[in-house]
Amino acid sequence: MAELHVALDVNGEHREVDVEARTLLVSMLREDLELTGTHVGCDTSQCGACTVHLDGLAVKSCTMLAVQADGSSVTTIEGLGQMGSLHPVQQAFWDKHGLQCGFCTPGMIMTAADLIAHNPEPTDAEIRHAIAGNICRCTGYHNIVAAVREAASVMRGAMPAATA
Amino acid sequence: MTADVLGAPVKRVEDPKFITGRGRYLDDITLPAMTHMAILRSPYAHANIRSIDISAAKAAPGVVTVIVGADIPYNPLPMAWPAGGASGIQNNISTPRALATDSVKWTGEGVAAVIAESAAQARDALDLIEVEWEPLPAVVDAEKAIADGAPQLHENAPNNHVFDWQVGDKPGTDAAFANAEVVVSQRLVNHRLIPNPMEVRGDIGWYNPGTGEYTIWMSSQTPHIQRLLLAAFVMGVPEQKIRCISPDVGGAFGSKIFCYADMALVLFASKAIGGRPVKWVEARRESFGSTIHGRDHITYVDVAATRAGEVKGLRVRTLANLGGRLSTIGPGIPTTLYGRILSGPYKIPNVHCEVTGVYTNTTFVDAYRGAGRPEATYVVERAMDLLADELGIDPAEVRRRNFLPPDSFPYDNPSGLLTAVNGSKLYIDSGNYEPAMDKALAMAGYADTAAKKAEAKARGKLLGVGLSTYIEVCGVAPSKWIGAVGEGWGAAMWESSNIKVHLTGKVVVTMGTQPQGQGHETTYAQIISHELGVPMEDIVVQHSDTQGTPFGYGSYGSRTSNVGTGAAIKAAARIREKARRYAAHMLEASVDDIEVDGAEYRVKGSPDKKKTIQEIAFALDLAFDAPEGMEPYLDETAYHDTPNCTFPFGTHIATVEVDEETGNVELVRYVAVDDVGKKINPMIVDGQLHGGIVQGIGQALWEEAVYDDDGQLLSGSLLDYALPRAAWLPNFELDETVTPSPVNPLGVKGVGEAGCIASTAAVANAVNDALSPLGIRHLDMPFTAQKVWGAMQAAPRSSGSSKGGQA
Repeated sequence: MAELHVALDVNGEHREVDVEARTLLVSMLREDLELTGTHVGCDTSQCGACTVHLDGLAVKSCTMLAVQADGSSVTTIEGLGQMGSLHPVQQAFWDKHGLQCGFCTPGMIMTAADLIAHNPEPTDAEIRHAIAGNICRCTGYHNIVAAVREAASVMRGAMPAATA
Repeated sequence: MTADVLGAPVKRVEDPKFITGRGRYLDDITLPAMTHMAILRSPYAHANIRSIDISAAKAAPGVVTVIVGADIPYNPLPMAWPAGGASGIQNNISTPRALATDSVKWTGEGVAAVIAESAAQARDALDLIEVEWEPLPAVVDAEKAIADGAPQLHENAPNNHVFDWQVGDKPGTDAAFANAEVVVSQRLVNHRLIPNPMEVRGDIGWYNPGTGEYTIWMSSQTPHIQRLLLAAFVMGVPEQKIRCISPDVGGAFGSKIFCYADMALVLFASKAIGGRPVKWVEARRESFGSTIHGRDHITYVDVAATRAGEVKGLRVRTLANLGGRLSTIGPGIPTTLYGRILSGPYKIPNVHCEVTGVYTNTTFVDAYRGAGRPEATYVVERAMDLLADELGIDPAEVRRRNFLPPDSFPYDNPSGLLTAVNGSKLYIDSGNYEPAMDKALAMAGYADTAAKKAEAKARGKLLGVGLSTYIEVCGVAPSKWIGAVGEGWGAAMWESSNIKVHLTGKVVVTMGTQPQGQGHETTYAQIISHELGVPMEDIVVQHSDTQGTPFGYGSYGSRTSNVGTGAAIKAAARIREKARRYAAHMLEASVDDIEVDGAEYRVKGSPDKKKTIQEIAFALDLAFDAPEGMEPYLDETAYHDTPNCTFPFGTHIATVEVDEETGNVELVRYVAVDDVGKKINPMIVDGQLHGGIVQGIGQALWEEAVYDDDGQLLSGSLLDYALPRAAWLPNFELDETVTPSPVNPLGVKGVGEAGCIASTAAVANAVNDALSPLGIRHLDMPFTAQKVWGAMQAAPRSSGSSKGGQA
C-alpha cells in the first residue's frame, strides 16, 4: 500500500514519518513514534483516551488521519510534563487521586489542560461538560473534577495575568 | 523514627508513571519479530459451520498463517465453579474452544484466526475467509429459552438448563407465607451489563522452541490462575513451562478474571509459526462479544410480612442467563454469591431461593463488579420498598424494624444461607446497621423529603428519594468453605506474600494479588512500613508475574484488603521475629529481652543497646557472623487463609428528579455512609467508593446490553452502550461509620465492590419513589427517558402537568 510522507512537530521535536494513507494519528504516535502514553480505548471516538493537543487544541487522535496532522504541532502526554517538571494538571491528578487504573488518564489530562487554557476559572458544571467526551470507568469522575478545579486554581495563582 | 503511614491518605506511588504517559499496558509492549493476530468472529448468534475456506486469506499480503478450530488439539476451556451446595445438582457444561469447530452459539464467538506481520494486515485478511454457515434459530431471553419449543443450544443441556439449584428452607418458607398477614410479589429484571474497562483485553503469546517454554503477557486479574488453568486443563503443558505476566492493567471489574480462548490461541499460534511472538488486542466492538457480560437475571420475589412490617419470609425464583457457553466461574455467581446472601442486613427467619441457569445465544456471563451481590441487594432492597409501599410505612422505618441488632454478631443465618452442605459455616462477622442509616438520613435531609417533593413539583419535576441499606461480602472465602465438597469451587482462596529486606535495607514485597487500579503498590507499602518501621520510599511492592511472585489467586471479589493484607502482615511478623533473633545475637542479649519499636530492636532496660532493621539486614544478609542454625537473609514468605469473609455495610441515599414532560431522570444528590472497617488509605477507599457508585448508577440509569430476537447485539459499541459520563453525575457526599472487622488483623474489610452493590438499588428505589404518585408501583431498569416517559403516559394517574387538562 502506498505510503505518504508526514512532517510535523511532536512535543517540540521535528519528526518525519512515512505512513499508509489510512493510518490514524494515534497509530502513528503509538507505533511509529513510540509514544505509547496516548491510548486507544475504543473504535468509535467515544472514550477520549487518545486525546492529544493539535496546534493548541485538544483532539481525539483516533478521529483524524496522520496525514491530516502534516505541518502541525502535536503535544502528547509525554510532552506535557515529566517528573520534576509536571504540568499543574498532572500534579493535581496525583494530589487529588484523580486516577486509578491510569488508562484514561493521559487523555483526561490533555482535555483538562485544554479546558483550563481556554477557561481559567471553570465551574464544576463546566469541568464536567468539558470532560464529557472522555470516559473514565474507575473514578466516578468525582476526584477528576476536584483535580481539574485544583489545577485551575493553581494555574490562576501562578499566572494571574492569564485569568483576564 | 519513621512516621506511621497506616491509615493516612498517602498519595499513590503508582501515579507518576500514569500521569506522564509511562504506564506499560499490554498494547504498549512490542517484542522482537512480533506478529499480530486477528480473529474472525461469528456474525450469527446460532449456526453450524459447514466449511471454512482460508486459502485466499493465507495468500494475502503480510499473512504468516491462518488457523481454524480443527487445527488446535487443545481441550475446551475449563469451567471451575459449577453450581453446588446441595445434593443432586446436575451441571450441563459446555465451554468454548480456542476456536469453534462445529457450531457457534453467539455473535462474536471466534471461528478462525489470521496471524500477519501487522495488525492491519491481519484484519484485512479476515475479509478473505469464506465460511459456509448453516444459520439456526436463536433465543436470547432466559424465559423463552426454557419454554417448550425453544431452540436448543447443547445436546447435553435439555431445555437449555445449565443447572437447577436451590438454597434455604423451603417448608419453613412456605409455612411463613401460609401464615403471612401481608404478601408482596414482584417480577424484577436485573438486566445484562457489559463491563467495559477502558483498556480492552489482549495477550501476547511467545513460545521459545529452544526451551519449550511458553510466556504470555495478558491483561488479566489472575496470572497465577491462568498458568494453572492453561497448563493443567487446556494445553496439557507442564505448569513450569508456562509463565504468565500481567503488565499494567487498565481496569477490569471482574471481566479479566477468566480463562479466555485467545490466551490459548496466541500460545498455540506462536508455536505454530516457529516461535515468533503473537499479539492480539481486541477492538472495543470486538470486546462486546469476546469478553464476558454481567448480571442478566429475571427474578420473581415474594415477601411475607406482618402488618407491622416485620418480614417473616423471602421467596426468590431466578432465571440466570449464562450465555451461549459457560465462562470460567459463570454458574458460581448467581448461586453461591447470590442466593446465599439474599437476606442482606435483615433478620429474615425463612428464606428460600431457586435459581435456574440458562443457555441462550448471547455472550457468556460471569462476574462483573459485585458479582451476585448487587443482584441480591437489588432484590431485597426493592422488596423492602415494595413492602413499605404496601403497608404505608416509611421505607427507612421498614428497614429499621428488620435490621439485625448489633448484638447479633457473629451471626449464623438460621436459614442456612451461609452454610455449606458439609457444615463448614461462614457467619456475618460484624455489623451495626442503624447508626450508618441514621447518619445517611441526616446528611440527606430525609425528614424534609415531602417539602422537597413539593418544591420540585412546582418546577415540573417529580422528586424521588431511594435508600439502599446493603451488606457486602468481601474476601470470599476460607479455602475450607469454598473448596468444600458440594460447594463447587475447584480451588483454594488463600493469599501469599514474600518480603525480602535486602542488604542495603531496602524492602521488596512480592504479592500473589494483582491490582487493576486499586493502588496496591501504595497500600501494601503503607502496611509494611507500619509493620517494619521502614519508610515507604524504601519499599517496593511487586506482583503479577508468575516468575518471581508467590502463587496467589489474584484480585477480585474485594479480597485483597482482607486476604492479601493478612498474608503481608504474617510475612512481616516473620521478618520481625527473625530480625529479633539476630538482634539478640548482635547485642549479646537473650531473644526475650529484645523489644521492637518500629525499625529499632532494643535490649529491654538498656535503650542505648539497639540495632535498626537495616543494620540487622546488612549483617544477616552477609551472614559473616550468623549463629549456628540461623539461615542468612531476611526473607520470609507467608500464606494466609482468611478465617471468614468480611461484611462491609452502609446506607446509600439517592435523590432523583424526573422531568414530567420528557421522562428524563436526573440524579441530583447522592449520599453514602459506608462502614468498611478500618481504612489503610482513606483517599483510596473514597476513590473505590466513587467508582463503584457510578458503575451501579450506570446500570440503574443508562447501561444495558440489548439483543434483538436473532441474537444481534444492538448495543454493540460505545456509540450504543451508554457508559456514565461526567456531565450526567453530581459530586458525591460520603461519610463513614467504623466497625472494625474481627476477621482481619487490621480490622479492614474491603471496598472494591461496595459502592456498586449499594447504588443500583438506591437509584432504582428513588426513581420508583418519584413515579409512585402516578400509581406506578415498579418499573424495571434502566430508567432511560424513553422508558420513563412511556411509563408515565401509561400510568394510572397523570402527574398533573404532563397530560395537561387530564389531572
